[in-house]
Amino acid sequence: MSTRKVPEDLAQYIACPNCDALYTAALPEEGGRAVCARCHTVLISTRENAGIQVLALSAAVLILVIAAVFHPFLEIHASGFGNRVSLLDVATSFRSGTLVLVSVATVMLIVLVPLIRTLLLIYVIAPIELKRPPLRHAKGAFHLAQELKPWAMTEVFSIGCAVALVKVSDLAQLDFGPAFWMFLALSVFVVINDRYLCTWSIWAAIEDTP
Amino acid sequence: MITARQSGLVACRSCGRVWPLGTPTCGRCGAALVSRDAKSLQRVMAWWTAGLICYIPANLYPMLVTTTFGSEEKGTIVGGAIEIARHGDFLIAAIVLIASVMIPVSKFIAIAYLAHSAWRPRPGGALRRLHLFEATEFIGRWSMIDVFVVAILSALVQFSVVASIHPGPAALTFALSVIFTMLSAKSFDPRLIWDGETIESPAEP
Repeated sequence: MSTRKVPEDLAQYIACPNCDALYTAALPEEGGRAVCARCHTVLISTRENAGIQVLALSAAVLILVIAAVFHPFLEIHASGFGNRVSLLDVATSFRSGTLVLVSVATVMLIVLVPLIRTLLLIYVIAPIELKRPPLRHAKGAFHLAQELKPWAMTEVFSIGCAVALVKVSDLAQLDFGPAFWMFLALSVFVVINDRYLCTWSIWAAIEDTP
Repeated sequence: MITARQSGLVACRSCGRVWPLGTPTCGRCGAALVSRDAKSLQRVMAWWTAGLICYIPANLYPMLVTTTFGSEEKGTIVGGAIEIARHGDFLIAAIVLIASVMIPVSKFIAIAYLAHSAWRPRPGGALRRLHLFEATEFIGRWSMIDVFVVAILSALVQFSVVASIHPGPAALTFALSVIFTMLSAKSFDPRLIWDGETIESPAEP
C-alpha cells in the first residue's frame, strides 16, 4: 500500500474509516492484512476460503438459532419444585407494564437480530462464492448486516447465563437443555464468523450490482 | 501520509470507497457521506445525556424483586452484587460490578472526554484517543449482562408461593441507558480525533 496525490480512478483508493488516511487499495497476499499506517485499523484482511467458511458458519448459526428456540433451554429443581424454560421464556420474562419493552429488546438482541444478520450475510455472500452475479439489493442487505453487528448480543447473553447459574446454584439444582448447548455453540460461531468477514472484499465484489 | 479530505475527497466510513468532496451519498453502499461529521458531537452528547439520565434511576430502583413465602425483598444493582459477595462468590460479584457499574461509568467519562477533545482539536495523543474510542465501542454491549441475568432468573425461579423472582423497574432504565450510550458512541466520528495532528509530508512520490 502506498499513498499518492490527486486520484483519477477513485475505485482504486481506500480511506481509513477511523482516521481518513488515503491509500491505493492493494490486495495483500492470501492470509495477509492491510493495516492503516497511521492508526493501525485493519483495512483489508484476506484469508484462504474466507467466503466459504463464513457461509458454512452462517448456515450453522441459522440452524442453531431456530433449533435453540424450540428446545428446552434450562431446567431447575429445588425441594420438590421444578421449572423448565425455553429461550423465548427467558427472553420474554419481563411481563408487567412497561417492562414488556425489555422483553421486546431481549428477543431482538439474542434471537431476531442474529437471525436476520445471518440471513443477510448468506444472501450477499452465497452468490459471490457460487461465482454468480450478486442478488438484487445485495448492497442494501450488506449495509444493514453491518449496521446490525453491534446489536447481535449472543455472546453477551452466554456470559449472562454463566452469572445466573452461579447465582442460583446454591438454592437449586440446574440442568442444561439441548438449547443451552446450541446457544453456546452459536455464540462462538458468531464471533468466529465476524473475524473471517472482510468487509472491503465483499464491497469490492458487489460493487457493480444495480 | 495524506488524508482523503486533503485530496479533495470524501471517504465512506461504511465501505472505505472515496468520492469527490460534496458527494451526498456513497455510490457503492448507499451510506450518507460527510467529510467530518461536526454535527456528530451534538448527537453524541444528546444520546450521552439520555443515557446518563436513565442510569440514575437504574441504580436507585430495584433490579430484582424476590418473593419468599409472601415477604418481598428488593435488590438494586449494587445491593445484588454485595449480596453475591456475601455468599462468597467474589468472581461473580466482580463480573456484575464491572459490567453494571465500572463499564457504564467509565463509558460516560470516556465519551465526554473524547467529545470534548474532538471539539477543541489539539496535536498529540490521537492514537491513544482512538484506542480509547475503540475500547468504548467494544465494551458497551457487555453492560447488557445484568439485564440478561435478571431475565434468566425471573424465568427460572417461579416456585409459586415458596420463592419467585420478578424484574424491577431498574431493568428497563438500565437497558435504556446501555442502548443510549451505545448509540452515543456510534454517533462519534473518530476522524475528528485526527484533525489536530500535524501530518508528516509523504516520503514517497
